[in-house]
Amino acid sequence: MSLRRPAKEQPEKFEFNSSSLNEVKKVIAKYPEGKQQSAVMSLLYIAQKQNHNWIPLSAMKYIAKLLDMPYIKVYEVATFYSMYNLSPVGKYFVQVCTTTPCMIRGANKIVEACKEKISENESELSSDKSCSWMEVECLGACVNAPMIQINDDYYEDLDKEKTLKILDKILNDEKPKPGSYRGRVSNEPENNRKTLIGLKNA
Amino acid sequence: MLKDQDRIFQNLYNDLGSDVTSSQKRGDWINTKELITKGRDWIINEIKDSQLRGRGGAGFPTGLKWSFAPKELGSRPHYLVINGDESEPGTCKDRDILRFEPHKLIEGCLITSYAVQAHVCYIYIRGEYFIDGQKLQAAIDEAYEKKLIGKNAAGTGWDLDIYIHYGAGAYICGEETALLESLEGKKGQPRLKPPFPALIGLYGCPTIINNVETIAVVPTILRRGGKWFASLGREKNTGTKIFCISGNVNNPCNVEEEMNIPLKELIEVHAGGVIGGWDNLQAVIPGGSSMPLIPKEKCETLTMDFDSLVAEKSGLGTAGVVVINKDQDIIKCMARIARFYKHESCGQCTPCREGSGWMWRMLERMAKGEASKDEVDMLGDVTKQIEGHTICAFGEGSSWPVQGLLRHFKDEIKKRNGFDPIVKENKNIPYLVDQHLLDKNA
Repeated sequence: MSLRRPAKEQPEKFEFNSSSLNEVKKVIAKYPEGKQQSAVMSLLYIAQKQNHNWIPLSAMKYIAKLLDMPYIKVYEVATFYSMYNLSPVGKYFVQVCTTTPCMIRGANKIVEACKEKISENESELSSDKSCSWMEVECLGACVNAPMIQINDDYYEDLDKEKTLKILDKILNDEKPKPGSYRGRVSNEPENNRKTLIGLKNA
Repeated sequence: MLKDQDRIFQNLYNDLGSDVTSSQKRGDWINTKELITKGRDWIINEIKDSQLRGRGGAGFPTGLKWSFAPKELGSRPHYLVINGDESEPGTCKDRDILRFEPHKLIEGCLITSYAVQAHVCYIYIRGEYFIDGQKLQAAIDEAYEKKLIGKNAAGTGWDLDIYIHYGAGAYICGEETALLESLEGKKGQPRLKPPFPALIGLYGCPTIINNVETIAVVPTILRRGGKWFASLGREKNTGTKIFCISGNVNNPCNVEEEMNIPLKELIEVHAGGVIGGWDNLQAVIPGGSSMPLIPKEKCETLTMDFDSLVAEKSGLGTAGVVVINKDQDIIKCMARIARFYKHESCGQCTPCREGSGWMWRMLERMAKGEASKDEVDMLGDVTKQIEGHTICAFGEGSSWPVQGLLRHFKDEIKKRNGFDPIVKENKNIPYLVDQHLLDKNA
């Protein structure tokens, strides 16, 4: 388990805006009547998106009322899952995978790059408050190791130099191009494809 | 090597496009109605004949699982749940199906839903795959538009709705009952079994849960016949499988191959060989991080299927092959895997919650050479205390890699950690400290 604590400074009020409420309606409709509790995970995502990438306690209370469930159950869910940020993170939230398959392909160099460019410690905002980074467990792109995730996008097949360039871009408030940085469109073996040859460039 | 026409995932490398029209061109959706009119028993029997085993790690026979669903529809509806919470380190096959072959999965959902009498299907995708989930959602929208799913899906008279539910970064939600808990809007802690989900699952209703890859191969099996699928691979380990080869190889890749393919062929032919040559190979994790590693000597002759890997005291798991060469410190690699399990333990059962932290801390010290001689055996004891003493298989998953390390690299650990026991040295080692105090975020 990992220890997860809500931020000390919390905003007092939280309410969904109208576009969030529209999304909420669509999400609740996915589940059978009376089982609206299933929507809690999606609602927490919506709250996180609306509230600059983190979830305050007031949002949990608000969601509990909206779904007619006890506050503690929402709190449990928000603290159990690691993708819900309980304290403020940067507008560009960099997650570096350092689990073994990435580690043996040099993920520590990527961590170094983040330390140089963003902040000395993880989960700490950069000096201009726009970025933060953290180490995470396997992101499920092992054949594209090492890789990082910035907000929703994957950046794959990296090395330190390429990472530094990506980080420079986000520090300038530009969105770098997601995907492989060795030019792969899929998980094919580069220059060594032995299968489905007839379809290549079809 | 498997012939190209026998590969199920023709678009694994996205040469052909993943939209509905190009999927139809390569054979998806062409005669779905015909397949379904042959009836439930035919479908289930054909899958039984194919000897398809679940692709999510445990390798349970799929046809048998489906036959556990109640034959008659009672007062409770049936559900089909697809497990796309792919989080096993070393595995990234489901992601390619979600983004490049979504229509194989959707068609599989329709056929399976009919076979197990479900009108609602939830696809649970890990939260990190948001972009790939969006691609699947686009494919689902296409399928609704073409009336391939929804009311009277594909003209079969069967109604089916498919919804995507995103996870939020919990490895344990790949366990089927934890996944159901998560789908019900609770924290993902596994349930006690029995009752099994086939009788009491989502919202207390009969539920069939299958991996993405398992469901995506179903339409092709029905089209080409269970016999064709069973002719590939070997008895009880049939068909094709997507292998993910990562780690210290020249060309890490995903490739669909026949079951029972030699490991050496996978690494040398498809992945371009080990970095530094075959002699530089140290060990291979054959099936995702929770399977015990296999040392180089055995890799020469090993074949990749469920049963031959069990004979080597490992397992095929999800077929995520992680290659580790001699430039890596094997103890450090395993310590990092132990840290993964310490981070991902759901905290429900004490042996796993505490034990996974113990294993991580002991291995970290062993990697640095700070452990004493007798601790090596103590580590083995700890793994035995976890294994088999937990509600779900996470206990096994976290202790097997450590046991694998001890089985094959004990000498290496002993060489590095030659201290006398602490009682003699009186070395201050924080054994009994609450692991949260050592957590770097605390």
